[in-house]
Amino acid sequence: MFPSRFRYEAPHSLDEAISLLHDGGDYVKVLAGGQSLVPMMKLRFASPELLVDINNVPGLAYHRTDPDGSLRIGALCRHADLAFSGLLPATQPTMTAAAPLVADPLVRNRGTLVGSLCHADPQGDWASVMLALGGSVIAQGPHGRRAIPLAEFVTGPFQNVLEHDEIAVEAVVPPPAGVRAGGYLKLERRVGDFATVGVAVAIEMSGGTVTRAGIGLTGVGGSTIGATDAAAALAGRPLTPDSVAEAAELAAAAAQPRTDHRGTAEYKRQLVRVFVKRILNGSLAQGAGATAERAA
Amino acid sequence: MTMVYDDLGDEAADEVPVRKIRFTINGKKKMAEIEPRLLLVDLIRRGAGLTGTHRGCDTTNCGACTVLVDGRAIKSCTMLAVQADGREVTTVEGLASASELHPLQEGFKQEHGLQCGFCTPGMMLAAKELLDRNPDPTEEDVRWAISGNLCRCTGYQNIVKSVLWAADKLRAEA
Repeated sequence: MFPSRFRYEAPHSLDEAISLLHDGGDYVKVLAGGQSLVPMMKLRFASPELLVDINNVPGLAYHRTDPDGSLRIGALCRHADLAFSGLLPATQPTMTAAAPLVADPLVRNRGTLVGSLCHADPQGDWASVMLALGGSVIAQGPHGRRAIPLAEFVTGPFQNVLEHDEIAVEAVVPPPAGVRAGGYLKLERRVGDFATVGVAVAIEMSGGTVTRAGIGLTGVGGSTIGATDAAAALAGRPLTPDSVAEAAELAAAAAQPRTDHRGTAEYKRQLVRVFVKRILNGSLAQGAGATAERAA
Repeated sequence: MTMVYDDLGDEAADEVPVRKIRFTINGKKKMAEIEPRLLLVDLIRRGAGLTGTHRGCDTTNCGACTVLVDGRAIKSCTMLAVQADGREVTTVEGLASASELHPLQEGFKQEHGLQCGFCTPGMMLAAKELLDRNPDPTEEDVRWAISGNLCRCTGYQNIVKSVLWAADKLRAEA
């Protein structure tokens, strides 16, 4: 299989890439890791007239923490960079858990987090993680940059709010209000298969209280689901077995699973419930709850 | 490499975008004139004539077409050949020296890591990246590292042993 014919440009700066997009006509795609786009082009699900390859643009392959504690992930930061990161384990438990579960090791060597967010596949892992963390996408266009919260960035399956001449140049995770806890769990039939169910939980603890909580659900709806009621049930109180159980029930209720060859709707809903509990019980066991118990 | 196109008249001929790229494959510098839609696996197999890289599923699932690009194992059916411009590609043909097998190849022989052999080049290159990064992997490390490579002979047990054999040998040589 091979893609239908397209024009190919590999600019060496963002400005050049953006002007190519601006002048590029009706059907232009940005190529970063290409681990979703190239297969789609080979299957002729996508047939762009112009491909703007940003792999030669310098200075996009980073992930780093700013002095204020926010984490920035550049458009060419590969999944493998995050899976082998020395930076993430201390401060980003949810991302650290998710990175080695994205696709398979070969795809992780090329695919990018920002590209995965743009692709907006309801089965994509990073969208749930970034939703749980309250992250944003930074888009750059001819008129400058804008930050788009992930909850507004994805508008539906495979759809995002980028203008045709904008490039998602980085993803940002805001600084935590306190200490981060949480995780990511995914059930897949084999490595590299689409998730049967994935659950991202991110909480921030300060003085025994959950100061912020986010829960994102992968593969149980037409797009990534933010379980906002479940997150609200955790926030503003200590983390306890009762609040964990309540959040698990509300997250299961927020899922919109469909029965398919990966399992029945009820099975997937049960997995959401179990995964939320498992992640939060892990946080409790690691001490996020111990201080909470004392405070309570 | 030579590409042959359907002759659809002069106007259409002008529309065939062709780009010249330079890349290194197994240490040898190469130039190619290619259409941007050519996949890396085809540049390697049909352009460079190196058929040790196998086209398996052609849908980014099986890992048979795994090669190293700048030292990282990737699926060559899921990267455009034009993106190899300026990069260094290593295929299974680049593992052995003129007189000696690479320890990975020796390991696959010693531990019977091959059955039909179709997945073998991809397995070896995925394993090469692992051993370059982690010279002393556990069995679990090996299993995760080759989890993007499918073997349909159900031969994983011996493949894992082969990689561990190679790791031992490389450490002994170091």
